[in-house]
Amino acid sequence: MAGKLNALTSDSYIDVSQYRDQHFKGNRYEQEKLLKQSHTLYVGNLSFYTTEEQVHELFSKSGDVKRIIIGLDKIKKTACGFCFVEYYTRADAEHAMRFINGTRLDDRIIRTDWDAGFKEGRQYGRGKSGGQVRDEYRQDYDPARGGYGKLAQQHRVTEGRNSF
Amino acid sequence: MFARLLPEKLTVYTTLVGLLNARNYNFGGEFVEAMIRQLKETLKNNLYNEAVYLVRFLSDLVNCHVIAAPSMVAMFENFVSVTQEEDVPQVRSDWFVYVVLSCLPWVGKELYEKKDVEMDRLLSQIEGYLKRRVKTHVPMLQVWTAEKPHPQEEYLDCLWAQIQKLKKDRWQERHILRPYIAFDSVLCEALQHNLPPFTPPGHMPDAQYPMPQVVFRMFDYTDAPEGPVMPGSHSVERFVIEENLHCIIKTHWRERKTCAAQLLSYPGKNKIPLNYHIVEVIFGELFQLPSPPHIDVMYTTLLIELCKLQPGSLPQVLAQATEMMYMRLDTMNTTCIDRLVNWFSHHLSNFQFRWSWDDWADCLTVDLEKPKPKFVKEVLEKSMRLSYHQRIVDIVPPTFSALIPAEPVFIYKYLDESASSLPGYPVSVTVGNAIKNRASNEEILTILKEVPNPNQEDDDDEGESFNPLKIDVFLQTLLHLAAKSFSHSFSALGKFHEILKSLTDSDEGKLHILKVVYEVWRNHPQMIAVLVDKMIRTQIVDCAAVANWLFSQDMAHEFTRLFIWEILHSTIRKMNKHVQKIQKELEEAKDKLEKQQHKRRDSGDDEDMDKNSEDEEGQLEEQIERLQEKVESAQSEQKNLFLVIFQRFIMLLTEHLVRCETGSVDISTPWYKNCIERLQQIFLMHHVTIQQYMGTLENLLFTAELDHHILAVYQQFCALQL
Repeated sequence: MAGKLNALTSDSYIDVSQYRDQHFKGNRYEQEKLLKQSHTLYVGNLSFYTTEEQVHELFSKSGDVKRIIIGLDKIKKTACGFCFVEYYTRADAEHAMRFINGTRLDDRIIRTDWDAGFKEGRQYGRGKSGGQVRDEYRQDYDPARGGYGKLAQQHRVTEGRNSF
Repeated sequence: MFARLLPEKLTVYTTLVGLLNARNYNFGGEFVEAMIRQLKETLKNNLYNEAVYLVRFLSDLVNCHVIAAPSMVAMFENFVSVTQEEDVPQVRSDWFVYVVLSCLPWVGKELYEKKDVEMDRLLSQIEGYLKRRVKTHVPMLQVWTAEKPHPQEEYLDCLWAQIQKLKKDRWQERHILRPYIAFDSVLCEALQHNLPPFTPPGHMPDAQYPMPQVVFRMFDYTDAPEGPVMPGSHSVERFVIEENLHCIIKTHWRERKTCAAQLLSYPGKNKIPLNYHIVEVIFGELFQLPSPPHIDVMYTTLLIELCKLQPGSLPQVLAQATEMMYMRLDTMNTTCIDRLVNWFSHHLSNFQFRWSWDDWADCLTVDLEKPKPKFVKEVLEKSMRLSYHQRIVDIVPPTFSALIPAEPVFIYKYLDESASSLPGYPVSVTVGNAIKNRASNEEILTILKEVPNPNQEDDDDEGESFNPLKIDVFLQTLLHLAAKSFSHSFSALGKFHEILKSLTDSDEGKLHILKVVYEVWRNHPQMIAVLVDKMIRTQIVDCAAVANWLFSQDMAHEFTRLFIWEILHSTIRKMNKHVQKIQKELEEAKDKLEKQQHKRRDSGDDEDMDKNSEDEEGQLEEQIERLQEKVESAQSEQKNLFLVIFQRFIMLLTEHLVRCETGSVDISTPWYKNCIERLQQIFLMHHVTIQQYMGTLENLLFTAELDHHILAVYQQFCALQL
């Protein structure tokens, strides 16, 4: 019976996802707690060219934005396709999860997820090449995210050298 | 419970209750008693929208032979008798009449068959009430002021017309699914219960009745080219369909995929042009005045989901709707145009900004201040914010270039040698270098002392009085260095907060800093808005300064642009939140004190504990006194903000009206329409707060001497009895 009722008052878009930050300082329980109270969202699948202004315009539609931190390539210090959006209230962040997650920014479907809170250092990509991990191994060509994945780029170079 | 959460499926559950009652009379009795208790609770707690569903459920139980028709009629009679009460808000009697009328599509036939004389009397009483109702509030709530093509009717008037037509059709209602008909042989054997006599609870001063509404109509049967015909505006089917679609949105708004799926699987959808109904209901909610039932962005995302689920049909209906709304912009309420701009630009950004702009070439042939070109301009500006300038240039035909927004670049007065003749130029170079070299605040202030003050001949006052040039030089240079992004600018404001605060110590200083921000960023309204927001939050400027700046002569040429009003409403909201925050702190401190006092009373007479808790109480009492002062001061600031805003409106509007009168010119210019509707918008968007200050407003500002055009807005607002 309770399950049925839950279906009627369901609010699944604001649920915490499976992702957990491996670099989080603290145990799983602490991380869960922070995620459930968080006002901060991680935003992924951004184009490298998407600006703070564009992010601000879109995410302001669910409430007043306190702060945006654009994710940077650790080496190049240029945007590498993700950011954090912090709201003044949890309720506004929840609206973003319900209505902005899964819609387009700069023609790309972006993804939002709860974040335990920004800490210095978390604005950098954790991939070996300096960008995000996902851009290390992907095989597709994405002009808005530096073209081919980093590993694929290396292969292309070596292939080029050997194939002659 | 299910009935409350799924009111559109009401008849399924009433049938179930009917069948259970046929098996077990006591169950039926207890169920009805429980519902009556529930009804009393919801009315006590101001949950009027929920109460409607409960009464509707009860009335449908008549159809299922659970409740005897005469006792239902008696309840309705008690409801309608509220219209005889004196000295109660109209919205109170409105609600009781609404409940009765809105149940009749479900149970009208049955009640008329059993008690036609009483029902006729009831309806005639209602008719009398509707005739003498005051409807001053209607113009303020209409999305369009034009009566064509579809009159925007007051909600009770529309419902009455629908019930009249239903009566004329002998209560034949064909849309509602009635499962109980299939079980008639079982149900008609059941024993019915009588509703206990139900006296509506009396009026309490803190009661919050639902606000009156205007029915939103944008489609009729001529708009759906093929397929099933759309029920007429005064058909009861139209009422039931719209009710049910609103219910579905109310239940599922948090989950857009489910909401879209539920809307599209509406039972009976093959007999109606469902896509048109859905689009009409959604826009009806989005444009609802004073505000939509749910956050604006929900509707954008819901429409996108609907387009995904019905890619072959819904986008066309949406395009048709957009086209229609564009055609009718001239008579659309300014607040609704704002929402349309925001919806359309956000929607387009999800579909590569594809639109047949050439279809709207007519907007290029009229004065750019007229609603159509203004709308396109604002849409392109918002679209640019979600993308970038070149994108907008690429998506519109070259003929639209006059409507393309400016490139959002910084305008630096002291950019290069060509500015060397300007009085502030030398110091701008020095201070710019100082900032780049991470000079201290003291060093920078020393440099700034060199800026001549255009306001005075001699400078023997240590440069402490208001020096606009000093502000100009420092702020222009600082913002220029930080122009790269929002974060850079925020960082700059933070780093030099001390200097900025000292420069804006006076009201003139605050006004001037806003002026400078506008001058350098006038091509980038989005940046202006975020900087103003930051400056309020860090107390470099206050809310009244922002209001005075927006209404100043310097900003008159921007007065009708959307970004001005976004800044003003955001400022008012910040003020309101600030007051609420301190009020909450005060409440919490008072609660803490009460708890502390209880603890002391209960703890017995341990001397040490007594002394400690006395100290704590003393501290709390001090804190409460301080917070009390803080609350009063914040409320005073809030009241002053509204006074400033209303005063400015009155001045501007009066000037315009007098000028037109003396020149024998028509007052209805695009500027005037915009301005008077912006005044309405202040009332509507902040009605909860403004209610507190009605007395002052009436005594000081909205007096009988005021031009009747302006006074009318105030009177319409009062008529809403919010």
